[in-house]
Amino acid sequence: MTEQPTFGDLALEVRSKNAGPFWVTMELFMRDEAGYALAAETVDEAVVASLYDVRAEDVQIFRIPSLNVVKISFPRPVPQGGLRDRDVHAGQHHVPLASLRVR
Amino acid sequence: MNAPDGAVRVLTPTGMLGAGFTQSSVDRGLELGADVIAVDGGSTDSGPHYLGSGTAKTTAAAVARDLRILLRASAQARIPLIVGSCGTSGTDSGVAWVAGIVDDILCEEELDLSVATIFSEQRADFVKARLRDRAVHPLPPAAALDEATVDSCTHVVGMMGHEPIEEALRAGADVVLAGRATDTALAAAFPLLKGMPAGPVWHAAKIVECGGQCTTNPRAGGVLATIDRTGFTIEPLDPDAACTPISVAAHMLYETVNPFRMREPAGELDVTEATYTALDERRVRVEGSRFRPADHHTIKLEGARITGYETMSFTAIRDEHILANIEEWTDLFVKVFTGRVAQTLGLDSDDYAFDLRRYGHDAVLGSLDPATRPPREIGVMLLVRARTQELATAVAKVANPLMLHLPTPDMAYLPSLAFATSPAETERGPVYEFVLHHVVDTLTPTEMFRTEHRKAHSHD
Repeated sequence: MTEQPTFGDLALEVRSKNAGPFWVTMELFMRDEAGYALAAETVDEAVVASLYDVRAEDVQIFRIPSLNVVKISFPRPVPQGGLRDRDVHAGQHHVPLASLRVR
Repeated sequence: MNAPDGAVRVLTPTGMLGAGFTQSSVDRGLELGADVIAVDGGSTDSGPHYLGSGTAKTTAAAVARDLRILLRASAQARIPLIVGSCGTSGTDSGVAWVAGIVDDILCEEELDLSVATIFSEQRADFVKARLRDRAVHPLPPAAALDEATVDSCTHVVGMMGHEPIEEALRAGADVVLAGRATDTALAAAFPLLKGMPAGPVWHAAKIVECGGQCTTNPRAGGVLATIDRTGFTIEPLDPDAACTPISVAAHMLYETVNPFRMREPAGELDVTEATYTALDERRVRVEGSRFRPADHHTIKLEGARITGYETMSFTAIRDEHILANIEEWTDLFVKVFTGRVAQTLGLDSDDYAFDLRRYGHDAVLGSLDPATRPPREIGVMLLVRARTQELATAVAKVANPLMLHLPTPDMAYLPSLAFATSPAETERGPVYEFVLHHVVDTLTPTEMFRTEHRKAHSHD
């Protein structure tokens, strides 16, 4: 059996960025409606919580079929620019999401 | 200044003053009938250092280069120029810094433009008084504010809406240099002054705030928004770039928590019902944006404080055996390092903090990293924070022999690792953190901001 693709494989772009100093937001820009449907179904609060070690109740998810986009926002676990912040713009935190495999 | 058809055209040459744009893009905007130029001069996005220290991220030469083009365009077309969040964080020092650069250019270019500066820095006494009046409220995920936190800030700014800018324009300013302002207020102020409806104005302002980010080629530069009674039309200034319904709609996602609703001091933009239609290959028409005025005005506060002083050290590992046993090496490092700091400096873990980052291995994502492949080499960064620079450096120097020679527990010899620089330690100075994420109720949207008007030539 061949390995299932990742959501990154099925996306035009997966990106992450700060939304102000206290939130991080990320988007899956899916290639087509089929990819969007998979992402919209698979990526929920519990999945994000487990990928990013945050509380599911803090996760906000926006599913936008007109753009084939699933958008995720949650409070930044580490304060921006602090001693333990290794990604000041949170611009590389999309990788665990992009690496998630389609079930 | 109004376009003949009653529309108002906003030119945004770039998402950030000092990032650069072409003269031809601005010329193109003027040919298209721009009524106002609005550009953002700051953001919190690069971290708390700039607000904490009251210094700018951009270099003066880059800001001056951009301002020279914009000031000439403003004088030539007789249209206002609005710059917000001056000096990156919008502190009073940032406004004064940009005002000084503007003064020099106006003199050199012999441009007769009147300049308004709007200061947005807030005194701790004012914030504490509002706190005692129960007029300061946390935004998620912040907790309630206390007076000690307010006192600990090196700088606190209030984020203005369009109102102080609109007031400065009404008073006759050609150039408005604003302290901390919402990104959208800069582009919204003039069309609101001209009576354009709030829904299209605020939505257009959000779309243009990052310049070319809403186009298919974000590096191509600025955009022009034409706002009228029923909506707005957006197009890139670069004739080779395009706005598409997708590129414009997708910009509502950028750096926002919620892509449908956005809070401004005066109310909330709601784009849930907005429609995006291609007029041709490079222009998009947006309609259906709504703006709900708030019951009362609130101003968001931003504040930063010093958390200590940092010293950084950086070494690199190429030895295959250590790479294969990096967890054991790291554990040994932490054990020997903390032991040596206690032994030589008499410090315990409350006196300093450190972060050991293994670049090439898991520095960026840590335990979240899904990858398992072995790295070719690892850069080891040690960041030490303490209450003084001397102490932070002393602690980092204790680590120096370990960053040079520490083996894994099973090695029978001392390796020599690859320091990146000599000396290995770099002093980073004071380091800051953002501590305010709160709004304060205000009776009027202008009372927290102080405006000064002057003719630049009076400074000759």
